[in-house]
Amino acid sequence: MHNFDFVKPASIADAVKAMGHDGAQALSGGQTLIPTMKQRLAAPTVLVSLTGISEMKGVCMGEGGLHIGAATPHAVVAAEAGAVYPALAALAAGIGDPAVRSKGTIGGSLANNDPAACYPSAVLASGATVVTNRRKIAADDYFQGMFTTALDEGEIITEVVFPIPQKAAYVKFNQPASRFALTGVFVAKYPGGVRVAVTGASASGVFRWAEAEAALSANFAAGAIAGLTVDASGMIGDLHGTQAYRANLVKVLTGRAVTAAG
Amino acid sequence: MPKDHGIGASSKRREDVRFLTGKGTYTDDMNIAGQTYAVMVRSSVAHGRIVSVGTSAAEGMPGVLAVFTGEDFAAVGGNPAGWLINSRDGTPMREPKRPVLAHGKVRHVGDAYAAVIAETYQQAKDAAQAIADASVIEELPAVVNMAEAVANASNRVHDEIPDNLCFDWGWIEDNRAKVDAAIKSAPHVTTLELVNNRLVPNAMEPRASIGEYFPGTGDYKLTTTSQNPHLTRLLVAAFVMGIPENKLQVVAPDVGGGFGSKIYHYGEEALVLAAAKKLARPVRWTAERSESFLTDAHGRDHVTKIELASDKEGNFIAFRTETLANVGAYLSNFSTATPTFLHGTLMSGPYKVPNVYVNVKTVFTNTAPVDAYRGAGRPEATYSLERVIDKMCRELGLDPFEVRRKNLLTPDQFPYQSPVGLMYDTGNYQATLDKVCEMADVAGFEKRRAASAAKGKLRGMGLSTWIEACGIAPSNLVGVLGSRVGLYDAATVRVNATGNLSVMVGAHSHGQGHETVFAQIVADKLGVPESSVEIVHGDTARIPFGMGSYGSRSLAVCGTAMDKALDKIIAKGKKIAAHMLEAAEGDITFGDGKFSVAGTDKAKTFGEIAFSAYVPHNYPLETLEPGLEETAFYDPANFTYPAGAYICEVEVDEGTGKVDVVAFHCADDFGNIMNPMIVEGQVHGGVGQGIGQALCEFTTYDENGQLLTGSYMDYAMPRAEDVPFYNVDYSCQTPCTHNPLGVKGCGEAGAIGSPPAVVNAVIDALQRGGHTHVTHIDMPVSPSRVWTAMNA
Repeated sequence: MHNFDFVKPASIADAVKAMGHDGAQALSGGQTLIPTMKQRLAAPTVLVSLTGISEMKGVCMGEGGLHIGAATPHAVVAAEAGAVYPALAALAAGIGDPAVRSKGTIGGSLANNDPAACYPSAVLASGATVVTNRRKIAADDYFQGMFTTALDEGEIITEVVFPIPQKAAYVKFNQPASRFALTGVFVAKYPGGVRVAVTGASASGVFRWAEAEAALSANFAAGAIAGLTVDASGMIGDLHGTQAYRANLVKVLTGRAVTAAG
Repeated sequence: MPKDHGIGASSKRREDVRFLTGKGTYTDDMNIAGQTYAVMVRSSVAHGRIVSVGTSAAEGMPGVLAVFTGEDFAAVGGNPAGWLINSRDGTPMREPKRPVLAHGKVRHVGDAYAAVIAETYQQAKDAAQAIADASVIEELPAVVNMAEAVANASNRVHDEIPDNLCFDWGWIEDNRAKVDAAIKSAPHVTTLELVNNRLVPNAMEPRASIGEYFPGTGDYKLTTTSQNPHLTRLLVAAFVMGIPENKLQVVAPDVGGGFGSKIYHYGEEALVLAAAKKLARPVRWTAERSESFLTDAHGRDHVTKIELASDKEGNFIAFRTETLANVGAYLSNFSTATPTFLHGTLMSGPYKVPNVYVNVKTVFTNTAPVDAYRGAGRPEATYSLERVIDKMCRELGLDPFEVRRKNLLTPDQFPYQSPVGLMYDTGNYQATLDKVCEMADVAGFEKRRAASAAKGKLRGMGLSTWIEACGIAPSNLVGVLGSRVGLYDAATVRVNATGNLSVMVGAHSHGQGHETVFAQIVADKLGVPESSVEIVHGDTARIPFGMGSYGSRSLAVCGTAMDKALDKIIAKGKKIAAHMLEAAEGDITFGDGKFSVAGTDKAKTFGEIAFSAYVPHNYPLETLEPGLEETAFYDPANFTYPAGAYICEVEVDEGTGKVDVVAFHCADDFGNIMNPMIVEGQVHGGVGQGIGQALCEFTTYDENGQLLTGSYMDYAMPRAEDVPFYNVDYSCQTPCTHNPLGVKGCGEAGAIGSPPAVVNAVIDALQRGGHTHVTHIDMPVSPSRVWTAMNA
């Protein structure tokens, strides 16, 4: 690891100011950034910790649904979101291991947008809103491909607002080594229709499976997608699964998520 | 009533108190005044000519004390292979020099070609990066695939070895024609091509070494993560550095797992010693986990074609195998023995089969060296046999349990001379097979299968009946076979004046629990409390010359040496007692911690005798030396032959291809059991590693020789959720006939017997589930591979 300066502001305003330094990098739970720095693959000059900002922490109901502060660790979401959004709490409870869940945050996960991360599927399937220090970004506009988001330089996610679905479930299939999602599917049923978001599978990052959404909006049952196929051509193919395998998982896990959602 | 102490008791592991409370002392825990830090400069390409090493880039960098390159070690010896193997045509194997630091060429990603010593770790790391950036290495095409390595003579790992072959070995060459003829005329031949996947050992503690040099005396000290400090001393001192053995102390303190990978001498050990001398300061090096992946000796990596010839009823007629065994870029110390004498000699398994021939071509590639890893050759043999037997049963419509049962050697056939050179002393393979069938409730399988089916899962059952040769090894025999070392072991029993004991053993415990078990044996034999026995190991300055721990040898070989030293203690104690009790030596008996005059109530306790030996006021000094300390060396008369039968049951998720091991039953014959709890732990660990190999682990290099599975992000280790609660039994005991404890060894059994049981179970599940076209899937039987096979 190379040397760096470390600042831990107490307010969003101070964090934004700190991010103005040359080579500044926001640090939330550090579950990706710190290992990357240890491997000397990243060398920010200033780390701006976001975990000391109380207004960016916590889980509560509010306008538009469930508000989760961007610096809220997964373990807190797992413990506190269950009453109103059990599928989201269950997703948080299944990320990594206890150490990861007590450090890693929802904002960090979304800003990084790892193609195998769990949270992006929940945000996209819920039609959630990503709130930053500058604006509100609809989930459909936020994710722009692997490790790519709508965030501008220096822009900080402050909270995420999840509309509460009637039914929802997340089913993931672990990559055998990292235990990230080899593929994960989040299904959420709203009065306006069903949304299906898939993480881990596509070379373009998290995506919505439109055909399944249509079929499930008409009939919310696992059998409704039986006749659908998933195009394997855009899928990730790697050591842990071929493109065809991932395309299969998208369908299998979607069916299982629907069943789990009840 | 289970025993609560001594032989056969499940005494709690005394070493766990320090291991589990963070009070162990591992090499990296040690801090020495004035210490400096070494960082290796490692190749980022698999194969390249070293044009220049950018050492000048490190000059003047903060804290940099010294830089070494391959040039600095050009004059010292190479790290030798421990076994000389001859090819079928009688020519000796090709044995390229393995330098301390690469010189001329780099031959695998991670091959160290320079090293930096600095005041701090970060300074050394910065300087190493600067040197790497400034070095010029002309990249050459990488030799990765073994078949291509042998076929493409223009692309050479070692310039002087035209076909990248280390040797082409036949076992037993004289049987080749007979085996060929038997296969040709056999009513049925089953052929299977398979890969025994390359594994990274992944000891919890990475390799680490500290070199010290004492200018006042010219002595060196190496503290290092070794399974065999004396062997390391011999290699470093006599072969590589040219240091007199008596000027080098090697200490292997607490070592956090080895699994074979810490048997071998590695270049970093020589480097820290040379640097310590140059700087007259301690020099320390600890591998990062990434370096462990790149540079620890890997395991397995065989590509094998096996043929099984039989009659239509499944009676075995012949086995024939052709194997390409990857040795990596350099010969690690036991790399030539592992695919040959630890593999080919086991290729008749526990079966009566008259004709067996094994061919192994060992191939150099631009990958990390490959050497012995838990089981070492025997898992490869067992996997080949147990997989092809299952395939044969399927082809002929025969029951795999019955086919094995009728081909197993029977108890009346021992001692049994196998067609591949071993003499099995004893065994009862039917007993372990019967036992495991009972444990697994084989008759109830159909009911369990139906229950799984009701959940939407395919269920299968797999069997493996296995044998291994361990307790290595008779020195005269292995000497004939090419070993350059003896494989005896040694122990010194020192009875202290106050009656407690220090027992110095050549075996090294790196997690196995020797400190507990060896103390149980001493306590049992002398009738003293276990707590009065201290087992000392891991320091060449304190222990007799032993060969360390690997090949499930510690108890069978070193334990026997200790037993023989105890016999000498008792014999001397009788002489002392005879004098003190004024009786004839022949009338003294020893038992329950007392020396007694037979037929009387006259007795002296062990403690009284010990005290007398050191305070010899009433002592036969004219005929007997004072003191009570004895050493014994023991060279085994034969290998030991643990054997057993394993049954695995799996459920397969058809939608995802995921395999869950839902039950695993082990019936092992380890001979006599010293500590049942530790035996169970060894079996658990071995089976866990075997399940890891079968389901999770694999090591892949791309066509350029870059390691794709170089971290835990891509290298899948088995976790608690991947393994079931094991059902372990060791009640079938045929004690070893040639060591006094009657023990065989249990350390590797689980890793040997389990992989084929798992894969057989998966294939069984798929077959029963209607996927009848799937007759084999290479390990690891990962979800993606299973699903792809089902949907092929």
